[in-house]
Amino acid sequence: MTSLNAPLLASSSLLSPPALCFENVAFNHEDKVLLGPCSFTLEGTGPTLVMGPNGAGKSLLLRLAHGLILPTQGRVAWSSEGTPRQAMVFQQPVLLRRSAVANLIHALAVNNIPRRQRSKLAFDALERFGLSACAHTPARVLSGGQQQRLALARAWVLSPQVLFLDEPTSALDPAAIKAVEAAVREFHQRGTRIVMTTHDIHQARRLAGDVLFLSSGKVREHTLAEAFFDAPVSRQAQAFITGELVE
Amino acid sequence: MNRMLNLVLAGITSFGLAFSAHAEDYITLASTTSTENSGLFDAILPKFEDATGIEVRVVAVGTGQAFEIARRGDADSLLVHDTAGEQRFVENGFASERADVMYNDFVLIGPADDPANIREAESAAEAFAAIAEAEAPFTSRGDDSGTNRAELRLWKSAGVEPDGDWYRELGSGMGPTLNTAAAMDAYVMSDRATWVAFGNPQNLTLLFEGDEVLFNQYGSLLLSEEKHPHLKHELARQWHNWLISKEGQQAIADFKVDGQQLFFPNAK
Amino acid sequence: MENNAFYVALSLLLNLDTSLFQIVVLSLQVSLLAVVIAAMLGFPLGAAVALWRFPGRGGVIVVLNALMGLPPVVAGLMVYLLLSRAGPLGEWGLLFTPGAMIIAQVVLVLPILAALSRQKVEELLGEYREQFMSLGMSRGRMMPTLLWDARFALLTILLAGFGRASAEVGAVMMVGGNIDGVTRVMTTAIVLETGKGNLPLALGLGIVLLTLVMLINAGAYLVGELTRRRTG
Repeated sequence: MTSLNAPLLASSSLLSPPALCFENVAFNHEDKVLLGPCSFTLEGTGPTLVMGPNGAGKSLLLRLAHGLILPTQGRVAWSSEGTPRQAMVFQQPVLLRRSAVANLIHALAVNNIPRRQRSKLAFDALERFGLSACAHTPARVLSGGQQQRLALARAWVLSPQVLFLDEPTSALDPAAIKAVEAAVREFHQRGTRIVMTTHDIHQARRLAGDVLFLSSGKVREHTLAEAFFDAPVSRQAQAFITGELVE
Repeated sequence: MNRMLNLVLAGITSFGLAFSAHAEDYITLASTTSTENSGLFDAILPKFEDATGIEVRVVAVGTGQAFEIARRGDADSLLVHDTAGEQRFVENGFASERADVMYNDFVLIGPADDPANIREAESAAEAFAAIAEAEAPFTSRGDDSGTNRAELRLWKSAGVEPDGDWYRELGSGMGPTLNTAAAMDAYVMSDRATWVAFGNPQNLTLLFEGDEVLFNQYGSLLLSEEKHPHLKHELARQWHNWLISKEGQQAIADFKVDGQQLFFPNAK
Repeated sequence: MENNAFYVALSLLLNLDTSLFQIVVLSLQVSLLAVVIAAMLGFPLGAAVALWRFPGRGGVIVVLNALMGLPPVVAGLMVYLLLSRAGPLGEWGLLFTPGAMIIAQVVLVLPILAALSRQKVEELLGEYREQFMSLGMSRGRMMPTLLWDARFALLTILLAGFGRASAEVGAVMMVGGNIDGVTRVMTTAIVLETGKGNLPLALGLGIVLLTLVMLINAGAYLVGELTRRRTG
């Protein structure tokens, strides 16, 4: 693993981050197949946008990829030696009941960053995400947009090689959405592999490098963004893009 | 985790030590609530401590429990009032020595209007029989204390099997039993000391006293060195000897509540 | 006037009677120390039961919940038999000392702290689980984070434990012996004075006890509110 002390080195290179490979992965719950079986590889620079209607299995796919749940069959593999450093930003940010800066310091502490470096890393990240003014504000009383930015800052201090985002803007107003998208671009520029779900097609157009389209638990398409939006192949994707109701 | 546990244990022990450290010379005396509640110990223990430097820590419980505490080796000395039980305790080898220390007497307390008319009784047995005859409410300690044991002997001598709605066994100490009797306007047998010092008589008054069978002998016991070698036998012997010495007996006689002597020293 | 319990309580407090002072200090020492010890053991225990899955876990939870209602005299009796010279820990010579009273109150308070903190920590864990896993935290590492984030609930639980400790009489009476100047605390003094028929004095002591408990609760509430406002 590269040292977390040198995030700038990572950001200067736009080398492809580790590739993520789903090998015949499926997830069942009580005999009901909720996802897959599916096989695909996320390589290139992304960002990868996972799209599809509600209940298509987007969140499930993200959690399987991140290792929060284990697949019923198949396996999730990485091109890197071992599992890469990764982080996840949830739809509802889960923040600890302490100040904004303490949330970041906690994340650094559990990742065994030496104590004397934590404070500087934390305050730098707060500044980068425009949260310096509320460093000592209880995280729980921040606005929705600020909370999501804090969750992104928490991911940032961990210098992840892969960042998962699960509908990070679905509960936010336009200004906050803009800030989150800017942050996603920063991660991308730093060389982080982005895997993000959204049901907002416009957001996907703004951010996507490639698109993974799901419906009813199946991967219907995995193509570059331009190809997906200009000439979707699957019937479900065509319907989704034209705004029809897709099951 | 282990270190924390050690710390905790060290904390407890040092706390315990801190409290016992200020008087290394002390004994634990198991005794009865009647002696404690009357204030006798408050009067005589300072005199003993002045004379010997030994602090006496009194655990005041019912006589039955006091015997049990001594039997398990949790007290250094015993001062109770159940002569028959005390003699058995010596015979069974739990105590090596017993001495008469003092007596007080039991008195019969009841509502001032005295529905069973025990004021007129000639003897204690007659008074008890009259209460049973009238089925007037009677509250009994019912706690196997010395007082309770004496009361049961008196019913027997009156030829009465106390039973029925009028006879209430409380399972309480002397004080709580008096409180209950006061609330119920019931008859009750109490040791004189607790009665005189009792602060909540309400409608109760002393109705019968003076029969010799009501005398209540207190004995001091030295516990067995063989059974409980860890006890402070040397200090306990000093206490025992002081109680039956001239000074000790004088201290007991000098203890008065409202000008009334409550305990009568009678060491031989 | 002298028979009025409030008058008695007031004059007890105003005269700063030394033996009363001693009793109050001992009561606080015993109960506070018991609660602190019970918290050091009970909070990690409660959090551990919330965090780990093991065979018999349901049984442990039921037992902890049931022990919250353990009658003080039963706790007292158990500790008495344990510490009695004839008992397994008789060598320690702790019976009829404040140490014995602390142990008895720890036995009473620990299930309350463990059972209630288990509940609270489990609730919080449900909320935090995915984030914790995402951060790659082990269960052992989750424990301090959860306990700290549950701190306001734990403070309330701590007060419930202190309430139980300072209010009980059965256990401390049995293992302490209510020895004047050594193991006499507020509650046992109240029992004694009731036995003597000194009802106004007994009630006066009760009012003093109640006042103390209220002051401690008010203090804890204020501290909690101030920090809550600052850290959310």
